[in-house]
Amino acid sequence: MLSITPDTVALGAARKGVITAGFSPVADDARAINGTVGDITSADPRMTARNVNVYYGDKLAINNVSLDIGVNEVIAMIGPSGCGKSTFLRCLNRMNDTIDICRVEGEIRLDDQDIYDSGLDVVPLRAQVGMVFQKPNPFPKSIYDNVAYGPRIHGLTSNKNDLDEVVEQALLKAGLWDEVKDRLDEVGTGLSGGQQQRLCIARTIAVAPEVILMDEPCSALDPIATARIEELIDELREQYTIAIVTHSMQQAARVSQRTAYFHLGELVEVGKTDDIFTTPRHRLTEDYITGRFG
Amino acid sequence: MNKPAVDQTRTIDRVNATLKQRYNRERRFRRFGLAAVILGLLFVALMFLNIISQGYSAFYQTRILLDIEYRQEVIDPAGERDPATLSAADYAALVKSALRALYPDVKGRGEKRELYGMVSSGAALVLRQRVMSDPELIGSRQALWLPADDDIDMLVKGRIDRNAPESERRIKNRVLAWVEQLEARGAIEKQFNLGFLTGGDSREPELAGIGGAVMGSLYTLIVTLLLSFPIGVATALYLEEFAPRNRWTDLVEVNINNLAAVPSIVFGLLGLAVFINFFGLPRSAPLVGGMVLTLMTLPTIIIASRAALKAVPPSIREAALGIGASRTQTVFHHVLPLAMPGMLTGTIIGMAQALGETAPLLMIGMVAFIVDIPGGPMDPATVLPVQIFLWADSPERAFMEKTSAAIMVLLGFLILMNVIAVILRKRFERRW
Repeated sequence: MLSITPDTVALGAARKGVITAGFSPVADDARAINGTVGDITSADPRMTARNVNVYYGDKLAINNVSLDIGVNEVIAMIGPSGCGKSTFLRCLNRMNDTIDICRVEGEIRLDDQDIYDSGLDVVPLRAQVGMVFQKPNPFPKSIYDNVAYGPRIHGLTSNKNDLDEVVEQALLKAGLWDEVKDRLDEVGTGLSGGQQQRLCIARTIAVAPEVILMDEPCSALDPIATARIEELIDELREQYTIAIVTHSMQQAARVSQRTAYFHLGELVEVGKTDDIFTTPRHRLTEDYITGRFG
Repeated sequence: MNKPAVDQTRTIDRVNATLKQRYNRERRFRRFGLAAVILGLLFVALMFLNIISQGYSAFYQTRILLDIEYRQEVIDPAGERDPATLSAADYAALVKSALRALYPDVKGRGEKRELYGMVSSGAALVLRQRVMSDPELIGSRQALWLPADDDIDMLVKGRIDRNAPESERRIKNRVLAWVEQLEARGAIEKQFNLGFLTGGDSREPELAGIGGAVMGSLYTLIVTLLLSFPIGVATALYLEEFAPRNRWTDLVEVNINNLAAVPSIVFGLLGLAVFINFFGLPRSAPLVGGMVLTLMTLPTIIIASRAALKAVPPSIREAALGIGASRTQTVFHHVLPLAMPGMLTGTIIGMAQALGETAPLLMIGMVAFIVDIPGGPMDPATVLPVQIFLWADSPERAFMEKTSAAIMVLLGFLILMNVIAVILRKRFERRW
C-alpha cells in the first residue's frame, strides 16, 4: 500500500512553491525536488532547455524544467502518466503550438538558436527537430510517398533519382527497406504496426533532422517489433540526437545513455542511465524504478 | 475481502433472473426497428407505384395515321419555294382535308369542328417542319402518324370511360364512333413520345414536354455547384483550420447554423431584392436561380464540410506538421483529401435539396410559362419542381399523367446525380 510519506507531502508543498531550499544530492532529502538531482547538463549539448514552464490554460503542466540534450546520445524521459514528459518533448519542436490553450515559458535553444524566439519560423525548426509519435501515423499514401513527402516539401532533392536515393536510404536506415522494396507503391497504412512505426521513423529521417523526438514509439507494438525499433534507435544514435519518452523502464535502460525522471510536472532526477537504474539518488526515482508507484 | 462464497452463486442467479427480460427487451427493440424500416419501405414503394402507374403513360402518345397530301395550292401557290411563304402556309388545312377524306359524310360546322378537334394543333407544326426541311415534299402524298388531341389520347389510354353516359363524358358519341372506326382499321395507336422528353412546355398537354425544365434545372444546378462548392469548402477550411477561436468566429458559426434553418422562400425574397432589383440581373434566369439556391445550399455544405474536417484524425495533422509541413501544406496535402468524401456527401445533399426547391425560385420569376428550351444560364427558364407545380395546377385531365411523369423524370435526375456522386466519392477514396 502506498501511504503518505514525507516525500509526497514535500512534493505537494514543492508544487505550490513553498519549499525553496537549495539543491541537495542526497536520496533522503526530498526537498531537493525544486532543483533537479543529478547533472542536467551535457558535455556537448545540441538542445538546451532552461527554466521551462508550460501551462494548459491556468494549469501548470511543467514546472521549471532545465535539461540538456547531448549530441549523439539517447536521452530517455520516464515517469508516471501525466508527469509532463510528453509535454516537455513536444516543446522541443514546438508541437505544442497546435494546442490553443498551451503556453510555454522559459528558454529552449537548438544549438544557439532560441526556438521560442518570436521571429523564428517553426517550419525549418521542425525540419531540424523531427518527431515520431506514439501511435504509428503514416499518411494514407504509398510507402514511397510517405518517405518522400518531407524531402519534397522542403525541396531537398532536385530530381527523381535523388529522391529515390533519399527514400531508399531512409528506409534502409529505418530497417524497412528489405521488407518493402518491392511494394513501394502500396499504401503505408497497409503495413503491420511495427512496420508502420519504422515507416514513420524513415519518414522522419528522410528530412535529415539533427534531433529526433520519440514519444513512446513502441507503446502500440509487440515485443518483437519493439526490439527492432530499439535496435534501430541504437543505430540512429551515431548520426542523430534522440530524445525518447517511454513508459517502459527496461526500454529506457536498454536504449538510452542518460535518463530523466519526471514527476508531476517536475524534473526530479537526471543522470547516466546506468546510475539512475542502479543507484537512484532521489527517493521518488527509486520508488518509481523499483515499482513502488507510478 | 472475505465475503461468503454464496454471493458468487447469487450473482449468477441474479443475472439469470434478469436475462430473459433483457433479451426480451432487445428483441422488442429490434422488432420495432424492423417494423419502422418495413413501414418506411412500404410508403416509398407505394409512392413509386402510384407515381409510375399514373405517369408511365405520358411516355406514350396516341397518334392517328393520316394520308396527307402536300397540296401546292395550299402551301406555295406561287411556286417560289420562298421560306417565308412556306413558313406561313396554312398546314392545318392539309390536316383538315385529310380528315375530311377519311370521313366524307361529315357535314355541318359543329360536326366538322369535332372532327378537326381529334387531331392536335401540333400536327400542323409537324407538317410545317417536314416541308421546311424538305420542300420537295410539296405535291406528294404521304401517310403520317400525327399526334391526337389530348382528349382522344386520354380515351385511348383508358382514362376516359367509354361506357359513361355522353353527358358525363368529354368525348361525344359521334367522336367515339370515329375513334372506334380508326381503331378497327389500326389507324390509331400509342407510340413512344420522344417529344415529352425533349420538348418545351405547352398549353396543349399532348405537346407539353419536360425538356425545357430539365435543361433549366441543369443550368441552375451547374451554377449552384460552381458557386456553392468552392465557397462552402473554403469557408469550412478557414473556420476549421485557420480561424482563431474568438467571439467573432463563434458569431459566424452560430449564424451559419441559423442560416441552415431559414425558410427557403426568404432566400427567394433576398434574391429578388438583391440580385434582380439591385444588381439588375434578368428575371427567370437559371443564373439568378443558381445564385439563390447557392445561398440556400451553403450552410448545408459548410456544416457537412466542417464535420468532415473534424473527422480527420489529428495524428495525420501532427505527422505532417512534425516533419515540417506548413499549416497550409498540411491542410491541402493531407487534411483536405481525407475530408473530401465527406465534403462531397454534404454537397450532394445540398444539391439534392436545391434540385427539389420550388419556393425561392417562384420569387425570382422562374415560375413563368416558358415554351423555349433555354440555351444558357441567362435564358428564361423554369426548373423541374416548378414545372411539376405548374402542371399539377392545370385543369386538363391529360396534365395529370404529365405531372406524374415529370416527377419520375425529377427522381431519375436525382438518382443520376447521386450515382455520379457515389462514383466520384469512390474515385477519391481509391486514391488513398
